[in-house]
Amino acid sequence: MEAFGLLLHGFAVLLTWKTLLLMMVGLVLGVFVGVLPGLGGPNGVAILLPLTFTMDPTSAIVMLSCIYWGALFGGAITSILFNIPGEAWSVATTFDGYPMAQQGRAAEALTAAFTSSFIGSLVAVLLITFLAPWISSFALRFGPPEFFAVYLLTFCSFVGLGREDKHKTVISMSLGLLLAGIGMDTVSGQLRMTFGSTDLLRGINFLVAVIGLFGISEILLTMEERLALHGHAASISLRTVLSVWKDLPKYWMTLLRSSVIGCWLGITPGGAIAASFMGYNLAKRFAKDQESFGKGRIEGVFAPETAAHASGTSALLPMLALGIPGSGTAAILLGGLMVWGLNPGPLLFVEHKDFVWGLIASMYLGNVVGLVLVLTTVPIFASILRVPFAAVAPMIVVSCAIGAYAIQNAMFDVWLMLGFGVVGYVFKKIKIPLAPFTLALVLGSRAEDAFRQSMIISGGDMKVFWSNGLVGTITTLAILLLFWPVIDRVVGGLRLRNSAAKVEA
Amino acid sequence: MSNTDIDIQIDVDDPTAPEEDSPAITSNRAVDVAVSLLLLALSVLLGYDNWRTGAAWDATGPEPGYFPFYLSVILGAASLYGLIAAFLSRKEARETFVTRAQARRVMAVFVPTLLFCIAMQYLGLYVASFFLIAGFMRLVGKIAWWKSLLTAFIFSAAMFVTFDLVFDVIMPKGPLEAAFGY
Repeated sequence: MEAFGLLLHGFAVLLTWKTLLLMMVGLVLGVFVGVLPGLGGPNGVAILLPLTFTMDPTSAIVMLSCIYWGALFGGAITSILFNIPGEAWSVATTFDGYPMAQQGRAAEALTAAFTSSFIGSLVAVLLITFLAPWISSFALRFGPPEFFAVYLLTFCSFVGLGREDKHKTVISMSLGLLLAGIGMDTVSGQLRMTFGSTDLLRGINFLVAVIGLFGISEILLTMEERLALHGHAASISLRTVLSVWKDLPKYWMTLLRSSVIGCWLGITPGGAIAASFMGYNLAKRFAKDQESFGKGRIEGVFAPETAAHASGTSALLPMLALGIPGSGTAAILLGGLMVWGLNPGPLLFVEHKDFVWGLIASMYLGNVVGLVLVLTTVPIFASILRVPFAAVAPMIVVSCAIGAYAIQNAMFDVWLMLGFGVVGYVFKKIKIPLAPFTLALVLGSRAEDAFRQSMIISGGDMKVFWSNGLVGTITTLAILLLFWPVIDRVVGGLRLRNSAAKVEA
Repeated sequence: MSNTDIDIQIDVDDPTAPEEDSPAITSNRAVDVAVSLLLLALSVLLGYDNWRTGAAWDATGPEPGYFPFYLSVILGAASLYGLIAAFLSRKEARETFVTRAQARRVMAVFVPTLLFCIAMQYLGLYVASFFLIAGFMRLVGKIAWWKSLLTAFIFSAAMFVTFDLVFDVIMPKGPLEAAFGY
């Protein structure tokens, strides 16, 4: 019950006019970002981060996380009305959402999407409220070897569980870790990989890379496609909302299943995209009449939206409790925490109680306000799409440049951003995943520090990573996950041989 | 139920959309090979630099170059694997990386962005963004001059007010801002 009291305190921190106003601004900007093609959750947050540099950390994180919730809500609008997913995690929502809109049930589909998003986030926030303090107090006992083991686990699970080609994930991750090492070495003070450049002394800023990789490259990619769209925007009447809500209890199983999938994939680095597809596929598999999926079934909207939001929200759990982001956007929020001088990790819950609980309270409040906001203003947001992309694209470019420059007041960063834009464009086209790169860049120096501190403690003995039960379990788990595809194949092969042997016998 | 809902028709056209049947410039495989080679070169360069810095163990544990040196080795190995995989693959070879019409459109954003970054150093961010938005809307989007100029002016002015005046985030400025005393 301690969590409950702290949460109430968090609400008290939050309930000032200024914070509430920032929350609304964040949500509106977020929905905007989610609706527009060529922008998304991660780059929206990254571009708008400089706005928050002069705020106090609590207001800043509240505004940024509200941008994130808004983007999660906004992705559904274009998927349902125009069959254009504003975000990758809304692709599964188009399967049944768009057919519903074509049948004249757009308002119903939108209500279903927003409501299930809300439910998904709520489940995840409840999880964060009760689990995060517990995990962080547990993690307070961690020393450098334990932290390195947890970082290793994160990296390995990306390689082992990712859907992309393994070598491409490894390329992406090692490149990120390498770039994180550029500049002054924190332990010895020596310069590394700067090649005599004074601009590289400061190292490669994580946020600059993210703005280029996600913002600029996304515009280049969007321009390749035909950008025409035709459709109807429907406003939602109270009657529609109530009639959808009345039917909600019928779908409790779908909602629960998707929430659980979402939370799980959000905490492990699976991500909202995988969660939304998995939620959809499982809802379909468990349905009695599978044929009707894809033709405008309301469950086909409930399932992916709940899972996407649960996962997007629960991705913040490991970030808050351990300092390890569960998604790209969480990684950017983590980068923001460092800019404000907060050190993400278990100590955050001890040293910055106001901040942490203010953030958690803002997740509750942001989702309630967000739900009301999107339900009432869908037509306005849908008509944003009337603004031609030729006007939106240069504005995004300008916002990216402002964002990149503002971080360290350096022109070099603007060029770096442009370079990362090209890299991001090429990488996305040849399917080198960007998420491991982002994660490696933000965690790189922390992982290296943890490793070298462990080595100093142990006098250079690798056995320190198996020196007690806890660190040994995590390290072993990490290595198991790294080779998971191989293990999976071997186990599968053995089982196949066993069953074949049984058949013969 | 839906008859009480207001319906708004939304139509957006894309006058400069890339043609569907445009010929391919290059395949995914060619780009895969090129990227692998570049990454391989980068890993050799970084590996060498870290080797020079010191990649061995001394009394206090690993030297500064130790961690990045072995990462360069991993990056190099993964790129080499990618290079071989790209050569052996057949499926990827057929996929188009970019068609000529698509490349033209991508360049239509990239080149103005590049010019914008150059202009930013001399004219300041706000004036450069005015030119970028107005020019892009008119030349690429084929939007009427007055709309383009007005949008560009409002956006640049709004950015100036938001960042420079309200949030105190200082951007590079040029002669125009100097003339107004900022």
